[in-house]
Amino acid sequence: MAKKPHDTPLLDQLESGPWPSFVTGLKRLAKDKDYVVDLLGTLETSYRTKKGYWKGGTVGVFGYGGGVIPRFTELKNEDGTPVYPDAAELHTLRIQPPPGMHYTTDVLRKMCDVWEKHGTGLIAFHGQSGDIMFQGAKTPDVQTAFDELNEMGFDLGGAGPAVRTSMSCVGAARCEQSCFDEARAHRQVINTFTDDIHRPALPYKFKFKFSGCSNDCMNSIQRADMAVIGTWRDNMRSDEALARKWFAKHGMNELVNDVVARCPTKAIMLREVKELRTGDGAAHLTTVKVSDTHALEIDNKDCVRCMHCVNVMTGALAHGTDTGATILVGGKRTLKIGDLMGTVVVPFMPLKTDEDYDALVELGRKVIDFFAENALEHERTGEMIERIGLVNFLEGIGLEIDPNMVATPRTNPYVRTDGWDDEVAKANERKAKKVIEIKAA
Amino acid sequence: MAHRTPIESGAPDNKPFLHPTLLKNYGNWKYHDRPRPGVLHHVAHSGDEVWSVRAGTQRQMDVYTIRKLCDIADKFAEGHVRFTIRSNIEFMVADEKKVAPLVDALQKNGFPVGGTGNSVSMIAHTQGWLHCDIPGTDASGAVKALMDELHAEFIREEMPNRVHLSTSCCEINCGGQADIAIIVQHTKPPKINHDLVANMCERPAVVARCPVAAIRPALVNGKPSLEVDEKKCICCGACYPPCPPMQINDPEHSKLAIWVGGKNSNARGKPTFMKMVASGLPNNPPRWPEVSEIVKKILYTYKADARSWERLSDWVERIGWPRFFEKCDLPFTKYLIDDWRGSRANLNASTHIRF
Repeated sequence: MAKKPHDTPLLDQLESGPWPSFVTGLKRLAKDKDYVVDLLGTLETSYRTKKGYWKGGTVGVFGYGGGVIPRFTELKNEDGTPVYPDAAELHTLRIQPPPGMHYTTDVLRKMCDVWEKHGTGLIAFHGQSGDIMFQGAKTPDVQTAFDELNEMGFDLGGAGPAVRTSMSCVGAARCEQSCFDEARAHRQVINTFTDDIHRPALPYKFKFKFSGCSNDCMNSIQRADMAVIGTWRDNMRSDEALARKWFAKHGMNELVNDVVARCPTKAIMLREVKELRTGDGAAHLTTVKVSDTHALEIDNKDCVRCMHCVNVMTGALAHGTDTGATILVGGKRTLKIGDLMGTVVVPFMPLKTDEDYDALVELGRKVIDFFAENALEHERTGEMIERIGLVNFLEGIGLEIDPNMVATPRTNPYVRTDGWDDEVAKANERKAKKVIEIKAA
Repeated sequence: MAHRTPIESGAPDNKPFLHPTLLKNYGNWKYHDRPRPGVLHHVAHSGDEVWSVRAGTQRQMDVYTIRKLCDIADKFAEGHVRFTIRSNIEFMVADEKKVAPLVDALQKNGFPVGGTGNSVSMIAHTQGWLHCDIPGTDASGAVKALMDELHAEFIREEMPNRVHLSTSCCEINCGGQADIAIIVQHTKPPKINHDLVANMCERPAVVARCPVAAIRPALVNGKPSLEVDEKKCICCGACYPPCPPMQINDPEHSKLAIWVGGKNSNARGKPTFMKMVASGLPNNPPRWPEVSEIVKKILYTYKADARSWERLSDWVERIGWPRFFEKCDLPFTKYLIDDWRGSRANLNASTHIRF
């Protein structure tokens, strides 16, 4: 039994209603823990005064420079003692999740036992960076809790100016839209940089995120310094049985309004079966009958792999088999210069063989090395690229330019172009190289 | 005593945690459908099938709640679970007969089953007063209050398309892009405790952090400190994390703003950033009713007016911003006209006007 709970009239109002209540959860913990009694007292004070009462500090585990978020209370009496002494410290351990955030109940129960013993008993699945957040331990317990979690096969995530914990979607484990092995890419890349995760020494944070298709369930394009998003180069696949089933259920209006009309590049056309093209001129087309009279025809040259039609007619339409990923760099939120989306630096990188995955790791290494050397303090990759220009960044990491990297070519003449002829020669070289590659394939 | 050397194992392998049917059919799935809200049904090329039942959680979970979820997983769902990016939990079963009892057990224990397809999913959120060192408001409480109100839309699939929500306790916006987002918006410059700046802040770093170069080193009352040009200050709070004596949070003047139309997916149009459409809302715990009212107004206007598969951004693109403000009964103020860098791209450089 813990000490008597503090009155929490404001928090109490968050116990009613149909959604699960974290306040009810905290109160259950407070039955046994003075720690959580005082945590509720602190939080109730915040609700009353509309102020936060936690400040940072220095707490860690031996061997690592980050991964623990220290919190000390600033809610003090006039004599400087904490108003809620049993919750004077509330450090959080960030623990890296397995790709796709899969768990057995066995491992979750073990995590609960560790945190019930050494911390508040409050765990968040998961934080916005993907970490399992073990919320609230006192300084002497941080090392013990980490040691036990570490022995279970789990490791601390990133914090501060470091490579951060990564996230990947459910992907190949359960999704037909997966275009590469997200879990493999996630682990192979992120576990190359454990040193940069555990010992923050970069200009600022660096995030990798992995989404298996351009639905981008990991929100990588707006949050990751390097986003790896699945795509394919060959024709879309189709399944006539599933297409006919879909059409029988949804009908012509939905086919036209929800599928054909919503294609962003008008790559899909509704055709009568008798009009369907065949032969050499149709090599880039995907056609699938939805009935005895009508079919969809997709011009794969015009398709931008947006996933909309695949989302609507799941299985009837599917991505191709020449799969890999588009790599985008520089996504971030507001501070300091405003929001930035990641932008394309590699339009397509195959992700099938061991060499392909090694190449992805190598690209990550080059981007991080360039970032470490060239970014200003507290500058994200997107801000660095905005400052130095994409071309300087590409030259720095040894990537060739590609028209897929721009929304439009330049709209102003403010550039010195006296190297034009040399650049034309380079463009011709790139073109010739591409022709040889295609012939070899 | 010698200290234990950490095992730098990094991200663990997920294979030992995968449901056997997922492991067996890894990378070999054919299609999926949704037999009812909250349930996904995936079919593999092998012919194997798996049903995933999705339930909402409070994210910040006590060990008793987690153990209760584990008990349900052990009894009804073969001992495997996973979490989604929006803190929903998923239980996988390889036998369709197990779905109904599992749904039933979750609902009986207070976990809403839903969040799939064209529903309103759980809110992506931050730490707030519970744990953050710079929060302008709370996160878990605001989310609880709003999800209580949106519970009916979580357990149904009646929206035009999926709706993602996020909340953020400061303008850094850890909650991220969303169809509808709630973000703290400060309205007054930081209040500086000049006695503490010299000891607590690396002054050049703080100067460098300001997006509008409004901060400079100064001697105040004979002490090295910092001063803010309050005419230039945009009240973003960027100086507060590196310099806690520059207090930006204010119980009265830190307001809440509503943003709409963020989309990460590339489906149909390219990904979009969200746009500010309302601000000046009071920070009103424990249930923030003024915020809920506007979120619901926007949400239900979208529900009534958007066509199927239109995300909120797609809907506004069709109807136009003037009608968005009109239909949602929101005032369009001068603060919503962008003047940050690149802002001219957000002005209407055409005669495309709907009358």
